[in-house]
Amino acid sequence: MKATQVRCGYLPLVDCAPLIIAKELKFAEQEGLDLTLVKQPSWSALRDMLAFGQIDFAHMLSPMPVAMSLGLGGMTSAIDVLMVLSVNGTIVGVSDDLDRRMQETGWTNTFSNPVETAEAIFAASTGKIRIGVPFVFSMHRMLLETWLSKAVAGAEDRIEIVTVPPPKMADAVSSGALDMFCVGEPWGSVAVQQSGATLVLPGSKIWQFSPEKVLGVGHNWAAEHPKLCQAMIRAIYKAAFWLDQPENSPLAVEILARSQHLDLPDHAIDPALSGQFVTKLGHTPEQVARFMAFHSGAATFPWRSQASWIADVLSRWHGLDPALSRQTARACFRSDIYRAALTPIGADMPGASEKVEGAMEVPTAVASTLGEMILGPDRFFNGAVFDFGAPPPPK
Amino acid sequence: MQKDLTILVVERDQAKAHEIIDALKDGGWNDVTVISAPAALERAVKDQDPDIILIDLANPDRDTLEHLGLVANARNRPVAMFVDQTDEMMTQAAISAGLSAYVVNGLQKDRIKPVLETAIARFHMIAKMQSELDAAKQALSDRKMIDRAKGLLIRARNISEDEAYNLLRKTAMDQGRKVIDVATALVTAAELLQ
Repeated sequence: MKATQVRCGYLPLVDCAPLIIAKELKFAEQEGLDLTLVKQPSWSALRDMLAFGQIDFAHMLSPMPVAMSLGLGGMTSAIDVLMVLSVNGTIVGVSDDLDRRMQETGWTNTFSNPVETAEAIFAASTGKIRIGVPFVFSMHRMLLETWLSKAVAGAEDRIEIVTVPPPKMADAVSSGALDMFCVGEPWGSVAVQQSGATLVLPGSKIWQFSPEKVLGVGHNWAAEHPKLCQAMIRAIYKAAFWLDQPENSPLAVEILARSQHLDLPDHAIDPALSGQFVTKLGHTPEQVARFMAFHSGAATFPWRSQASWIADVLSRWHGLDPALSRQTARACFRSDIYRAALTPIGADMPGASEKVEGAMEVPTAVASTLGEMILGPDRFFNGAVFDFGAPPPPK
Repeated sequence: MQKDLTILVVERDQAKAHEIIDALKDGGWNDVTVISAPAALERAVKDQDPDIILIDLANPDRDTLEHLGLVANARNRPVAMFVDQTDEMMTQAAISAGLSAYVVNGLQKDRIKPVLETAIARFHMIAKMQSELDAAKQALSDRKMIDRAKGLLIRARNISEDEAYNLLRKTAMDQGRKVIDVATALVTAAELLQ
């Protein structure tokens, strides 16, 4: 059988690893797909290419398909999420200058304390704090706002969040254009190397299980090409499983560095996969548990409750009707296609497609088709619980 | 016809920026500003209050521009031209030319259209010139590499230039590779052995 050509857009970040592994280790080919990965210069460009059918699939920030389906940000287009490509993986850093001022308040960097770190950031600053994120509709921005506003009263009015392309984050921090940033790897580690920035918190300390990148596809295209969607889900599921085996990590770094897709050296890729971070030049590396997950804890499952959480944030930002936004968002996360793709190959499926977000303090066994599924932990740093069944907060 | 639009062009390549300005000025739009540094983008949008922003589709600073369009208290909101997808032809033409446009003050479509048509035409021309230039440069560098490989063969095997080229070509054909690839491999190997 001749393989069917499909094109998938991506941005060169470590978390596009499942796509590269699916191609390089021929998981895609085994599913009858001739997968071409198309590098994009920006999230805007990637979004336009997907909306205009120049690419079939896209590696997207998890809020992007929801925002597009809700008509936010210029390009209204019904985009579905077939699966989650990576869970967690963002990192927060501060400039050398802000780090010094924070230490003067008596704070020490444990790389794990959201509340004390937020308090030190505000105690050390008088004016507005400028924070860089990679895109306006990003989990980075959602996590930052959730964290700072819940940790310190009135924080919303003291921060200014701006978009800076990740490769320029290091320069923006060293030139004083930014006080802080939240970015995906390798750009956090690059900021440490190139501009003396200090990493203060992995995103997983704000929310222990946040959907970071997803596999996006046009809603109509998915309806016309169900077999291709399912084949792609299976190929990436296998790649994600492979990537999450610790013994494969060194080989994964080699493959990612050698493939022409990332154009990054080994040492830039290693921290995200190993979870070992140098938070400041000259310091010994810190180990972060679950910095980024590809497979474990049903990481690839498109939880509709997470879509609802994203919808609530977007409703708040843009004054939308929260109930309608949730409805649109839930419909974007295609757990139905995901189940149809993976049930035949014997993958363990959760009993429900929604869960109470933030309720699991420890890894917890849940009802699943094979009875082997362990989820969590998935707590928010402040113990908040997001119940998908409860009515959304009023507009 | 009203042509008093304020146009902001975001383009790092000076030569390309001049081309676009010239085209717009020829078309009768005189209020055209170019910025090259991304850091200036936010200020330029605030200070100059442009009606239209033209930016290369592939420019990574587009994400920054989109964010400016969505912050709640912005006076000026740049909105991607694709918002109005009624003119599918124009949108497709812009994409194939590698151009993205942002409309700032809810400008009427009949006033945007001629600006875009002019910019699209010029973007196409620049892209064509660039690809021709790249092809010419590539051909020249390929030829230099093949000449070096021929020189190595001539000295090592004491053969004529024609024989050297035929040998390269035959090797390439036998191995299913390009002549330039065989020549490059030979030159690299020779450098390593020196």
